[in-house]
Amino acid sequence: MSARRVLITGVSTYWGGRLAQALERDRSVEAIIGVSPDDPTCELDRTEFVRVGTQHALLRRIVRAAEIDTVVDTRLIVDSVTAPPRAAHENNVIGTVNVLAACGGADSPVRKVIVKSSAHYYGSERDDPAFFTEDMERPHPPRTALEKDVVEAERAVEAFATRNPGITVTVLRFANALGPDLRTSHTALLGLPAVPSILGFDPRYQFIHEDDLHGVLEHAARHTLPGVYNAAGDGVLALSEVASLLGKPLAPVLPPWGTGLAAGAMRALRVRIPPEMLQQLRYGRALDNRRLKAAGYHFGATTRETVQAFAEHQRVRELRAGEGAGYQYEREVEEFLRWSPAVRGDEGLGLGRLSRDQLAELARALDALPGPRPARLAPRGAGAGASGSDTLVTGSPSSSGGAADAELAADP
Amino acid sequence: MSARAALPAPAPSDDPRHHLPAIEPDRRISDWGRSERIEGLVDRTLVEFLYHYWFRCEVEGIEHVPPTGGALLVANHGGALPPDASMIAKAIKEEHSRPRPLHLTVEHFFKGYPFLSMFVTKIGGVPAHPANVHRLLHDEQQLVLVFPEGAKGTEKLFKDRYKLRRFGRGGFVEAAARAGVPIVPVAVVGAEEAMPTIAQVGLLKRLTGLIYFPITPLFPHLGLLGAAYLPAKFRIRFLPPVRTDRLAGEALDDRGLLQEIADEIRGRIQDEVLDIIGDRRSVWLG
Repeated sequence: MSARRVLITGVSTYWGGRLAQALERDRSVEAIIGVSPDDPTCELDRTEFVRVGTQHALLRRIVRAAEIDTVVDTRLIVDSVTAPPRAAHENNVIGTVNVLAACGGADSPVRKVIVKSSAHYYGSERDDPAFFTEDMERPHPPRTALEKDVVEAERAVEAFATRNPGITVTVLRFANALGPDLRTSHTALLGLPAVPSILGFDPRYQFIHEDDLHGVLEHAARHTLPGVYNAAGDGVLALSEVASLLGKPLAPVLPPWGTGLAAGAMRALRVRIPPEMLQQLRYGRALDNRRLKAAGYHFGATTRETVQAFAEHQRVRELRAGEGAGYQYEREVEEFLRWSPAVRGDEGLGLGRLSRDQLAELARALDALPGPRPARLAPRGAGAGASGSDTLVTGSPSSSGGAADAELAADP
Repeated sequence: MSARAALPAPAPSDDPRHHLPAIEPDRRISDWGRSERIEGLVDRTLVEFLYHYWFRCEVEGIEHVPPTGGALLVANHGGALPPDASMIAKAIKEEHSRPRPLHLTVEHFFKGYPFLSMFVTKIGGVPAHPANVHRLLHDEQQLVLVFPEGAKGTEKLFKDRYKLRRFGRGGFVEAAARAGVPIVPVAVVGAEEAMPTIAQVGLLKRLTGLIYFPITPLFPHLGLLGAAYLPAKFRIRFLPPVRTDRLAGEALDDRGLLQEIADEIRGRIQDEVLDIIGDRRSVWLG
């Protein structure tokens, strides 16, 4: 089943924003609603933004009112540097439980739930297999708070899937992502003049390109993929190989014993290495991505190509600095652009896009409708959503036909 | 409804082998972490010398190693820091009509130890995880070498030399059968004299965190020189492959049957080892 009416939670994250942009291009998606407690961080065209956290009662009302058939949960925090442990737990575990609660229920319109998870589910340990497949469990209980949260969140999703057999539940476990627009602990680490490593270890590393991040989410939204899927680029690099692709030396500054203490000391140098990353720097991790490939997804970039693209970006980063100011969400501007009849041309999203003739035709059709006349043409007709205006634009010939019918019916 | 709507998940193929990552020709390190460069360097500087001049390896039955497809090589294991794995790998490289890389399964212990972890991975060591062995044998159709005796083989003392220990619990038979590949038993003589273990020190083992702490003729009193091998003559005999395709379905869950086959293979290797020892006149000259 392809998604038609989509709710994206965490639309303010990089992942959610890029997914919304990708879905906007697809005309078969009628409605896209993005929720997040924070402002969107990328420019959205016809996505409706609602400022709401993970309060399940509110989400439930949105889901039912908008007849959402697909929920994509992109909120998961996968980097313990970005949020304090308590906030991360609140978001990752309690948040997931709440979002799932909003999707469930006997009369729920939701048919598909897609959850962004992380390879931190598997952890990184000495006796790991070289490639994790989806049915493998981690050999030891989680070591860090973040990994514990990811495992707990997945447990909740699993329980939800068994309770709701009618809903397709997709869990996507993403490897570490890399790309020009992403800011993670890994992009920070690889952006240093030398790549820090643990003395005596050359871990295996796998990355997924930022374009594949939303590519995979979009693929899951379009197709029916029940179960768990690993999402990681083809190929596994040694950290030394990553450093040489970046044209940087490998700096074994962390001792093999007392690594945590040394990493703590490095914070004084403004280098923050989160505990889950220390494990990876020691033992590395790789995922088997073949299940997702068998489900029809084609990765745009291999791990090596991802690192190369990142290296290219690093070289021109300094020169690009200051070029093009970042996007800033302004509620009033977005609403004006969406709803004002005064907006025309390419910038316009609402009724302003219609030509004078089309507007006149529409007015005639509305005149001809039985019942009380609407006071004004603009806001209510478009109020059903920005997508409503799109259907009006694309469907203008048939709507004129409809107007003719209405005229005939109203005539006698 | 648009053409895109309601597509079922397209399934080009369910065989995981068709979805292995393509080979990137610019790379000199494999996805397993094996480095062509380091492996070549060690081969030229050390293995070449040991194989030809120090141990003067003599190889029989190399034709039993299949030229294509996966195969599980099973050998006896001995000596404090056993050179047998690299000698078997070198034998296939030198003598086989179609030289192929050999993947050595190693204890997980190595992955946790600084420097060793890097080195072992780069020269072709793969942690002995069943999933790793299966991927190599079944999906990638590679040669894999296992020592079912494991650490029990390397920690045995000189007086117990060439007495094969228990062959695990038949795990290697199961691995080969699940992958549908033959087992090639290998008998190696010489490794146990190259670096004999005179005693084991439990206390030092615990203190150093090593898997065992051996006393050899040269270690630990000669320090780093203790890593030197004595020039024992090596003989490697590859035995006819044991097919595992008769094992399928329920037979795979029959631990008793797997154990039986493992014991049978152990017996064959033990017989061949004794046969080679019976033939040789000198430990050093062969």
